[in-house]
Amino acid sequence: MTDTTAQPVREELPLRPPSADNGLLAVFQRRYLLRLLVRREISARYQGSFLGLLWSYINPLTQFFIYWFVIGVLFQLHKDVPNFPIHLFAGLILVHFFVETFGAGTRSIMRNKALVVKMAMPREMFPVATMLVSLYHVGPQVVILMAACLLNGWTPDLTGMVSLVLALLIIASIGLSGALLFSAANVFFRDFGNIVNVLTHFVRFGVPMMYPYAMVHERFGRFADYYLLNPLADAVILFQRAFWIGTVSDEEQAKFAAKGEVLMPDHLLLHGVAALAGCLVILGISQLVFSRLENKIPERL
Amino acid sequence: MASSIVVDNVTKEFTLRYHRTFKEVTVAKAKGHKTSEKFNAVEDVSFKVEQGESIGLMGLNGSGKSTLLKMINGVMRPDQGSLLTRGRIAGLIATGAGFHPQLSGRENLVLNAAILGMSERELKRKYDDIVEFAELGRTLEAPVGHYSSGQRARLGFAVAIHVDSDIFLADEVLAVGDKPFRVKCVAKMKEIRASGRTLVYVSHSAGSVKRMCDRVLILEKGRLGFDGDPDEAIRYLHYDSADEQEIDDEIGNDI
Repeated sequence: MTDTTAQPVREELPLRPPSADNGLLAVFQRRYLLRLLVRREISARYQGSFLGLLWSYINPLTQFFIYWFVIGVLFQLHKDVPNFPIHLFAGLILVHFFVETFGAGTRSIMRNKALVVKMAMPREMFPVATMLVSLYHVGPQVVILMAACLLNGWTPDLTGMVSLVLALLIIASIGLSGALLFSAANVFFRDFGNIVNVLTHFVRFGVPMMYPYAMVHERFGRFADYYLLNPLADAVILFQRAFWIGTVSDEEQAKFAAKGEVLMPDHLLLHGVAALAGCLVILGISQLVFSRLENKIPERL
Repeated sequence: MASSIVVDNVTKEFTLRYHRTFKEVTVAKAKGHKTSEKFNAVEDVSFKVEQGESIGLMGLNGSGKSTLLKMINGVMRPDQGSLLTRGRIAGLIATGAGFHPQLSGRENLVLNAAILGMSERELKRKYDDIVEFAELGRTLEAPVGHYSSGQRARLGFAVAIHVDSDIFLADEVLAVGDKPFRVKCVAKMKEIRASGRTLVYVSHSAGSVKRMCDRVLILEKGRLGFDGDPDEAIRYLHYDSADEQEIDDEIGNDI
């Protein structure tokens, strides 16, 4: 962006379509605008509520206690899972990140329709901003998780940190693809907003959060590989690798190995990289579909 | 001279939907009624604007002026034909910029400036000028949802006019402002004209178009009906009849 105040005939500028600068790449070129939108979204998400930002923590924490009580205390499923609360909370952080990105992202274009119909800007900006806001909320939750892990004898390791980054990238890209697709579709039929609610119910049970991966491996045997085709499950397992595994002592791990139970799938990082690549392809496709639908968005709002 | 806006056989099609829910659509289909209808809001329009020209865009309500402006601005893309522009574009569409009703005037000002492409530094430099031009006083801290249409237009115009744009779009800005503000706007737009920037001005007021523009385009049901000299354009539109002048005076469109 030039700062010149003089207005000479700018013949050096090319003639081009005024709506050319769109797409995800343009979003990251206009960082100042993105920053403003993210900041606005953070303050607007819980506008008019007394507890405000605290809701971002109350929400996952209450879920945590419900699951912990029902699955752990009532069903006694946590007996086989050492440090079950950490296992549960780690999964919950990622699930919450995905659900927030997907849900709020889907509504983002409708919520900003005042801007969408009158201002020329990359409309991908709104789903991206909601994704970043959700990511912003992940930060403090990870800090709480880390503190809990440290108290349980966890020491950070390199593979764990790589897993952490991979897990976040997978969720960010798949969440953003969903947000892009559904935010545009939601303009045409509000039904898509409701479909999101249905989908998010599956997410909680499709990832090793309330049950350990060892159980999947035991029940499904070689079909467990199909389970790993779900990028969300991969991300959660990577996250468990980053935090939960470190809190399980070597003796306990040896005990599991002796019983023939597999805590983590083989070649986990490889699975993670493949999942991320897959998610990026899906993101590319979502962008293409979004650009198609985008053309009709202003007239349908 | 370089061309600033090149519009080539542009068509924009809108779909009118009469029924929205599954139930309504099924019932209408069963009865053999139409559920949707397509029409061209802008149809096969071609023209070329040179850098520094002031163009007046006229036509009745619903003739496609705002749609055309939205395409020039980049909010919409043409369905057929091509539309090219040179340089940065700023301006107002349909009497105002896009504002968030819950945000304060100040927050909207910053957001709007960023959307129009100002950098943080540029905005910091111009911020006081914009606030001063808008003359909103303490209202600037109130949510824009509570603004009157005149106040919205003030804020929108103040931001847009301070962007270093190569093309400035002004859609009926003068229709809602009070007289002192309109005088200020006209002075600013004349400044734009004098600085060699391209101006596209939409108005129903024959007098102000005559004063502001050196060429007028008239849209009729989406088609380009006239392209040429402002005086002839006003005769073409029959806006020059005696009672027109009277109406202009009565409603205060005298600038």
